[in-house]
Amino acid sequence: MNPSMAITEAPGLFTADGLTGLIFLIIMAATLIGGIIACCAERLVRAVAGLMVCFVGVAALYYFLNSPFVAMMQMLIYVGAVCITIAFAIMLAAPEESKKNGPAGPLSGPLGFITAGIITFGLIVMALRTQFPILPKVNKGTTKEIGIQLLTQYSMVFELISIVLLIAIIGALVLARAGRSK
Amino acid sequence: MSLTVLNVIVAVVIAIGFAALNAAYLVWAERRGAARIQRRPGPNINGPFGLLQPPLDGIKLMTKQIMIPGGADKILFMVAPVLAMAPAIMSFVTIPFSENIVAHNMDIGVLMIFAFASMGALAVLFAGWGSRNKYAVMASVRAVSQNISYEIPMLITAITVVMITGSMDLKTITSAQAGGFWHWNIFPSLHSPLMPLSFILFFICSLAETNRAPFDLGEAESELVAGFHTEYGSMGFGLFFMGEYANIVIGASLTTILFLGGWDCPFGLFPGVWWFLLKIYLLIATFIWIRWTFPRTTIYGLLNLSWKILIPLSLFNLLLTAGLLKVF
Repeated sequence: MNPSMAITEAPGLFTADGLTGLIFLIIMAATLIGGIIACCAERLVRAVAGLMVCFVGVAALYYFLNSPFVAMMQMLIYVGAVCITIAFAIMLAAPEESKKNGPAGPLSGPLGFITAGIITFGLIVMALRTQFPILPKVNKGTTKEIGIQLLTQYSMVFELISIVLLIAIIGALVLARAGRSK
Repeated sequence: MSLTVLNVIVAVVIAIGFAALNAAYLVWAERRGAARIQRRPGPNINGPFGLLQPPLDGIKLMTKQIMIPGGADKILFMVAPVLAMAPAIMSFVTIPFSENIVAHNMDIGVLMIFAFASMGALAVLFAGWGSRNKYAVMASVRAVSQNISYEIPMLITAITVVMITGSMDLKTITSAQAGGFWHWNIFPSLHSPLMPLSFILFFICSLAETNRAPFDLGEAESELVAGFHTEYGSMGFGLFFMGEYANIVIGASLTTILFLGGWDCPFGLFPGVWWFLLKIYLLIATFIWIRWTFPRTTIYGLLNLSWKILIPLSLFNLLLTAGLLKVF
């Protein structure tokens, strides 16, 4: 597919472009449906399942965008680690199906819908008005090149992310420590 | 683009066929092997050596009624077996069986297999939770804690091999070991004197990752009825089994590629897919042999083995290899 070509009419379903578009739509649908399930499910384990579908959809999107390394990291970290940790926490902490409880925040009800509507409208307007320039391919996106970039040009970002993780670990330790003395 | 898609679809269909055939006949091999080790007959009535037993079992499983226990989470209950099977199938796509027999070779093959393998634990979790059965929940908590703790040393050991080869491409890793068995990664070299140890670590981890005895705490039938698939009958149960055996084949393939030279012949003669198959089936035979020889460990022994022995050892191995690679 020639990216600089402006698409004036919808391509046929069985052409290369049509199939690509169909795959893209399926990925988007999976991501969105997963996200909706994650937000709306009554049972926490189902919410985790929805989250997993959403993460797999995002990973597929990365793969679709020709970045298999990021896609696989997404699978390994988000699906393989984050989802399992959440599910594990649910199993250890809440054996009973916990229903929604606690007072609803000020953003629930009509105000929430209005906020969501404004944000959605804003995003749509922005997406339609923005010119999407086709950037040239920087490199092949292999593991080696990503590693070199991460440890040279983007080493600051890389280190900052590790500090975030360190803070998370310390937080978890502090919480666990406090629980032990009780 | 579309050719690649077609390639992947054909590969997935072939992978499903390969996985199903393997599952059917590995169950047969497992039962015959178990019987031989425990000095009893095993399935030997249907067909020569009982070879017709697997298709008959398959027909039986497929014609059985699907029973969903009352109070179970229906959707999760139905999704879990599929989720156990699908990632295993996806992993077959990137495994090179020989120089030319590979569906879609990726330069991050190792990463892809681990990424999909990590989804297996979620299937077990959903199955256990969806069944609403206390034995199943207990079993899935055990199985998942086991999977998480053995994934760490397995990944670290795989990283050691990746560092030595300098590539995550399974094909490159295999080609780097070509030309006789003394080039294989399992044997110590100047850069990595502890390679046999890595192999043993990796092998133990792949036993634990596939929930095989002596690490089959997830389905300890003496304590937990049948573990996380207690409530499953018919093809749901069948899918779990297919997933388990597909995972065993993938574990054996990965061990073969990382340590035993893939499709390379030990003496440099006729490299090809037959050597690969020979190696993985020898490894699987070892899996079966170990399963029926050793008693089951306890969950504490299992977790201690991983966190107190395997992870420190694999980390030490990683550091040593990194240092030696830098020095030489």
